[in-house]
Amino acid sequence: MAKIWIRQAVLRALDDAMKDDPTVIMMGEDIAAAGGPFKVTEGLLAAHGPDRVIDTPISEMAFMGAAVGAAVCGMKPVVEMMFIEFIGVALDQLTTQAATMRYLSRGQLTAPLVVRASAGAGQGFGCQHSQMLDHWFRGTPGLKVAVTSNARTTYGLLRSAIEDPDPVVILEPRILYAEREEYEFDSSYRIPLGKAEIVRAGTDATIVTCGSMVRVALAAAESSKANIEVIDLLTLWPWDRKTVAESVGRTGRLVTLEEAPAGSGWGGDVVSHIAVEKFGSLKAPPHRITLPDAPVPYNGTLEARFLPSPAYVAEQVEALVSTNKSPAPWWRTAA
Amino acid sequence: MTISNSNSPIARREALQDRLEQLTRMVEIRAVEERIQKLFAEGHVRGSTHLANGQEAVSVGIARSIDPDDIVTCTYRGHGHALALGVTPAAVLGEICGRVIGCAGGLGGSMHLVEPSVGLLPTAAIIGAGLPIACGAAMAARARGNDRIAVSIFGDGSANIGAFHESLNFAAIRKLPVVFVCENNLYGEYTRIQLSTPVEDIAVRAGSYNMPSDIVDGQDSDKVAEAMAKAVARARRGEGPTLVEMKTYRYSGHSRSDPATYRPAGELDAWLKRDPIDILANRLVGENVLAEGGLDKLKADVRDAVEAATAEVLESPGPALDEIMSHVGAYSAGGDQRWNFWSK
Ligand SMILES: Cc1ncc(C[n+]2csc(CCOP(=O)(O)OP(=O)(O)O)c2C)c(N)n1
Ligand SMILES: [Mg+2]
Repeated sequence: MAKIWIRQAVLRALDDAMKDDPTVIMMGEDIAAAGGPFKVTEGLLAAHGPDRVIDTPISEMAFMGAAVGAAVCGMKPVVEMMFIEFIGVALDQLTTQAATMRYLSRGQLTAPLVVRASAGAGQGFGCQHSQMLDHWFRGTPGLKVAVTSNARTTYGLLRSAIEDPDPVVILEPRILYAEREEYEFDSSYRIPLGKAEIVRAGTDATIVTCGSMVRVALAAAESSKANIEVIDLLTLWPWDRKTVAESVGRTGRLVTLEEAPAGSGWGGDVVSHIAVEKFGSLKAPPHRITLPDAPVPYNGTLEARFLPSPAYVAEQVEALVSTNKSPAPWWRTAA
Repeated sequence: MTISNSNSPIARREALQDRLEQLTRMVEIRAVEERIQKLFAEGHVRGSTHLANGQEAVSVGIARSIDPDDIVTCTYRGHGHALALGVTPAAVLGEICGRVIGCAGGLGGSMHLVEPSVGLLPTAAIIGAGLPIACGAAMAARARGNDRIAVSIFGDGSANIGAFHESLNFAAIRKLPVVFVCENNLYGEYTRIQLSTPVEDIAVRAGSYNMPSDIVDGQDSDKVAEAMAKAVARARRGEGPTLVEMKTYRYSGHSRSDPATYRPAGELDAWLKRDPIDILANRLVGENVLAEGGLDKLKADVRDAVEAATAEVLESPGPALDEIMSHVGAYSAGGDQRWNFWSK
């Protein structure tokens, strides 16, 4: 099997989607002539031309809104936000306009656009370029939100998002772009939105996670004395309650592993749902492993502490399994 | 030289009234940017960094034209502005290397320099973010009954974001004491201005807001200072904002990973012929402030000083782990230690 860079999975998904569907267009800053700041759109301009692969001015509100209008009128715009934070200046068009298009037209109209963005911490980009921000979108009825975790899920989720009848936000952990792994492309491969995957079977506890934290969970599970099941949630909204509930029914313990601030991470919703649905089968309180409620620090040692590591995750899960009590996070003890 | 070595941002700022110090500071900015490039290669810098070599005259021309208690907002391309405003080389290099000695204690990084004692708010990594903030600082100055002004520095590419237009309109209608400074270095990231912007001069956009504007040779720090002085005086007199466009050029690519292959052949060489450091140095020789051939010695001295600052930075530790949780809010560790602008 061929080894590819994960960013090539983005490129391939976009290229295949544009070949299959002439209504797919792309907009973003430096995506065309320069091939993208992260080289995930290299060659698309040459392959599909400047009417479909469009370099924009630094005007996120304009091109985000143009995507809404084009989507309503039959196009399939894929918008790149270079860093997800940049959508802050264009948020109205996505969360207030696109998200309500179907509702306000009583089903007559929809804005089936895709926003894809690099996201997440770990590379020293500082607090204004290192967040996931999925909670901005998860909190908005009418939007779907998914997070990629490797080459296969990148391809499968992107293709599904572009074919979806509603607006979808795809967050691509930037730290994964330059990872290499074995993957054979299959242009018919899709991952349905709203479907999670059990990526490792186990009996003692279920870790529910997504994005770059999937590999952290897997590494923790490999090294741990506990027998850990790992679920890649993939779509954060709507999320796969059934797969998670069944798994927790088997293991009796739920751990969410989130690259999100404790106060707003998606795990709060997962925990509350499972606590209600699976109350009788829980052997331990549901446990969340999150980021602290603080901005992402620049210094490398601090950023490494800030993000859950495999060792920390293993330690937390082992404590949960052995005591059936929720262990404290590192920052309360550090404060 | 002794003045550039001062550890006090205010003293460094005030020193800029001296002709030789103006040149020294430009040489220092160049040397610091070159050192950052090297520190990157040596593995001391994370993420990205945006150098401004070639744009030194803009930084020094602005800094010498405003007071330390005027407020400045600027962008990730802010190392030169921070140094000109008075932040020390150790505080800039230290921040970029993530050390305690850095101006944000190593928590911010290359894109986030800050020094309230000379009016510098944290430099923003989001395009357009600084313009509305400058409007608000100007409102505060007026509300508090002083004649302080705000300066917002941003790039040509930033003139296409909503915040630019909203801020110009807002400042104009309220006659706010703001100077909007556009550093037109011809590129926004990898895109030449002609491909993103239908006007050649950003300054013409002031017309839509009934605001005066100026187009300035940004490679000549005296011309920058002259235009700034006019706009600053106007703002202080309560006559409202001005948009000042500095025509300039960044010698390096957009960020550290950019070899700038999109630039036409010969363009960089043409700009190098009008190097801002040479322009001022030649003038200072004429003014008998700098000896003939004195620039080389100055450059060597400054390089030594920057090397010493670098050594100091590399000996400085990283921030303690506890810093992750401090200063998130006044409720966090560190408490409420806010800077009180204009209290003295
Ligand atoms: C809202 C937003 N969009 C995009 C970016 C990414 N970005 C960073 S710098 C830059 C180019 C800015 O060009 P210009 O304003 O001319 O400033 P210069 O870098 O040339 O100083 C872009 C697009 C950003 N930081 N914020
Ligand atoms: Mg520019």
